[in-house]
Amino acid sequence: MSRDEVRTSKADELRVVNRPIGRHDAAEKLLGHTRYAADLDLPGMVHARLVRSQIPSGRLLARDVSDAVKVPGVVGVLLGEDVPNNEVWVDVPGQTTEVRALKASMQILATDRVRFHGEPIALILAETEDALADAEEAVRVEYEELPVVADPAEALADGAPLVHEQGNLLAEWAIDRGDVDAAFEAADVVVEGEYRTQLIDHAYLEPEAGVAWLDENGVIVIRAATQVIEHFRDVARILGVPASRVRVIAPYVGGGFGGKEDMTVEPYLALAVHRLGRPAKMVWTRQESLLARAKRHPVSMRYRTAARADGMLLGHDVDITSDSGAYAYLSALVLLYSAVHAGGPYRVPTMRLRSRTAFTNNPPTSAMRGFGGMQVVFGYESQMDRLARALGMDPGELRKRNAIARGDELPVGQRIETSVLLSETIDAVTGRAGPKPSPRRPGTAVGRGIASNLQSYGRLVWLKDSASAWMGFETDGSLQVRIGVPDIGGGQASSLVQIAAEALGASLDDISLHFGDSALTPLAGTTTATRQLYMSGNAVLSAATQLRDRMAEEVAAETGQPAASLDFVDGMVKGLDQSVSLAEAVAICIRRAAPVAVLATFYGPRGTEVDRQLDSGRVFPDFTFGTHLVDVEVDLATGRIRLLRYVASHDVGRAINPQSVEGQIRGAVAMGVGQALMEEVVVERGVNLVGGFFQYLIPTAADLPPIECVVLESGEGMGPFGARGIGEPPIGPCAAAVASAVEDAVGVRPTSLPITPERVLACIDRAARG
Amino acid sequence: MTTHASAAVSVSLTVNGREVERTRPAQLTLLRWLREAGFVETRLGCGEGVCGACTVLVDGRAVASCLALAVQVDGSEIRTAAGLSQDDGSMGGLQRAFLDHGAVQCGFCTSGMLVTAAELVESGEPLDRDRVVAALEGNLCRCTGYDGIVDAILAAAGAEAPSP
Repeated sequence: MSRDEVRTSKADELRVVNRPIGRHDAAEKLLGHTRYAADLDLPGMVHARLVRSQIPSGRLLARDVSDAVKVPGVVGVLLGEDVPNNEVWVDVPGQTTEVRALKASMQILATDRVRFHGEPIALILAETEDALADAEEAVRVEYEELPVVADPAEALADGAPLVHEQGNLLAEWAIDRGDVDAAFEAADVVVEGEYRTQLIDHAYLEPEAGVAWLDENGVIVIRAATQVIEHFRDVARILGVPASRVRVIAPYVGGGFGGKEDMTVEPYLALAVHRLGRPAKMVWTRQESLLARAKRHPVSMRYRTAARADGMLLGHDVDITSDSGAYAYLSALVLLYSAVHAGGPYRVPTMRLRSRTAFTNNPPTSAMRGFGGMQVVFGYESQMDRLARALGMDPGELRKRNAIARGDELPVGQRIETSVLLSETIDAVTGRAGPKPSPRRPGTAVGRGIASNLQSYGRLVWLKDSASAWMGFETDGSLQVRIGVPDIGGGQASSLVQIAAEALGASLDDISLHFGDSALTPLAGTTTATRQLYMSGNAVLSAATQLRDRMAEEVAAETGQPAASLDFVDGMVKGLDQSVSLAEAVAICIRRAAPVAVLATFYGPRGTEVDRQLDSGRVFPDFTFGTHLVDVEVDLATGRIRLLRYVASHDVGRAINPQSVEGQIRGAVAMGVGQALMEEVVVERGVNLVGGFFQYLIPTAADLPPIECVVLESGEGMGPFGARGIGEPPIGPCAAAVASAVEDAVGVRPTSLPITPERVLACIDRAARG
Repeated sequence: MTTHASAAVSVSLTVNGREVERTRPAQLTLLRWLREAGFVETRLGCGEGVCGACTVLVDGRAVASCLALAVQVDGSEIRTAAGLSQDDGSMGGLQRAFLDHGAVQCGFCTSGMLVTAAELVESGEPLDRDRVVAALEGNLCRCTGYDGIVDAILAAAGAEAPSP
């Protein structure tokens, strides 16, 4: 097998980038200075709250707000009829040629039909928070209950009640690569399995919140916890005003993970301001957030996998069904990610894949870290383990044999263009972990599991992504950077400061970054899809490079030195003969009528929109690869699992801030372990039973061992300085690695998440029965 | 219909060394009382006493301020996360350790984490990883995986911690 050529450029020449630097935003957060979305109050402000459906499926017979508006302090109660454009349409891509132009709709406030428990029906506006609570109880909604569609199988059965009139099937994707049937006939071994992942909540610590007001120019300004300031356009459509009349500001966000990618409070705040002309504030309770904000898709998967006796994969036959919940949101795209990632980081010569996502009366599902690419890891990595068992091969060795390499194609037809250090990550985690520990106590078993994955970074190529950044020097040599990046906690802003400092030789303390404002900072796109470092990092690097080159020309002309000999470092423009400070360089430019500021735009790769039948070549800019290893101790009497050791390795291309990279990996592992072991939004016939944080357990410090990171740097990514994205990728392998370790310990593999003690005991029972 | 016409009461607290007196409805939680008084670094994460983002020190003891009523702690000395800074406004030892160890990402849990950590560190008891982990069980973080936080607390306490 030809070994992928690896460029392991050392980063010695870098001065600021590639160093573990304490983030400037972290300092402000520690001092208590940071003002999140809910931390702002304005004079004359009204408070806003939604009245939500108490049933999962029904017709609205009456919405009586006559008592509510009489509650002292209540300023108004808005219904769907009060919303200028109450219907919001979502494009469902790729379903066009054979079906029809498919669009899915939802209402800002439901007028005649509710489809999930928690759907917004009315918007209360009041002088005080206490009046909101009284008014909420005074709104009377009469329902005619309709049948509940509780899962996709029910939804797609003949004669199923319709969640939406157009039908319960929202979207499908298919892959037919090579002759799958021939591959299975030629196979030495075929393994088969069914796998289920569960409904998951983002559970960031900051509930959805925002404040909005009307500015002096008639622009509605919304300062809200969001990953997407570009929603100003959606808000404008809802209000029926020009897009230029709405501005969204994202302050530092207290966690996003995809849950603040779709709009939450924004349209309601805008409606309040539009209606009253007064500032308005809306803060969702934790209970509301758990009840009604879109969540991670539960997915069921069936995999059949054919391989040769030497372990080489011959083909996958895959069937995937996901639960879109009551509305479309991003479900079609999440499913597309599942389809494209379904073969994993391996050479898969043939694949047949069928997938679909269906409407149900469950909570809506949409974006969450890993975005469809993570659920399928539980499928394909379980298959790799089954294969290793069937062939008596080491699971790491099997994966290394099949590892995809530069120049290979994914089943969808996309060619891998950068080097793949998958085998190196496998060696890294096994090397770090050493031999598997023995059980330390009677009545326990110890198991080890590994799992690898690939995850795209950057948006789908037909979305024509771009990011813009402005930067300019002040006369004292300090630097301003303006860029419309929402910072959701991953160090999005501080990494950009590091990049600017690196390229221009300005000190970190001399750089101010203004971010996340749809009117005053150049638009840089969404903080989603592991794209900000890649896209905005490239935009900032491009702006800084252009500015440096232009200033170097002027300094060169002024000082009589070649521009190429000038180095921007330590606040100076250093030449062989003569050096000037950045402030002097700025003065030179001003004297010579040359710019000291620049606006740059970075464009992601372009491609054509995919169709339902996926054979379109490039879908994503690039991928990040990695492997996790976990040792677990299983209590054979109780089924309780304890993680003994966790090692994660990813090739991040180049770590712009190694501290932030390790933070992303550790945080993703904690979230992934939560999905593996404990988290589930429990819904019974459409009724969301999670009433609060006390019923939705996420990992505490006590649930996790130290998470050991082995960060590899190939220098091969498409981001600045060869960086790859790392926000989403490390959540992928967790559940599969834990399942693998449990199987190693007890002999039977858990195939449904979360892997609760009950499910572990069931595995132990099955192992005992043989 | 519930009524919120409960009597307003005067509550006086010393917050981060500053005496604050406010007359507010008796059922106001300590969290809301503090936030209304401008101490918004104390965060509302769940309102159920589960997440720990609202933790403050009441006479030196860590308390979930979303569960306590302000009237219950009338006359107490309160410290919020901002009260851990030095007198000149620069970072105190715990805050500096959090920065150096990458213990902060989105930062929404940070105030509560710092306060819980302060109680632990100031207790002077000998700390190891297990003790710190046990103390943090009432403080949720969704971003960091906790390692940076645990290491920062150990470092601030002068206990053995991996260098950042």
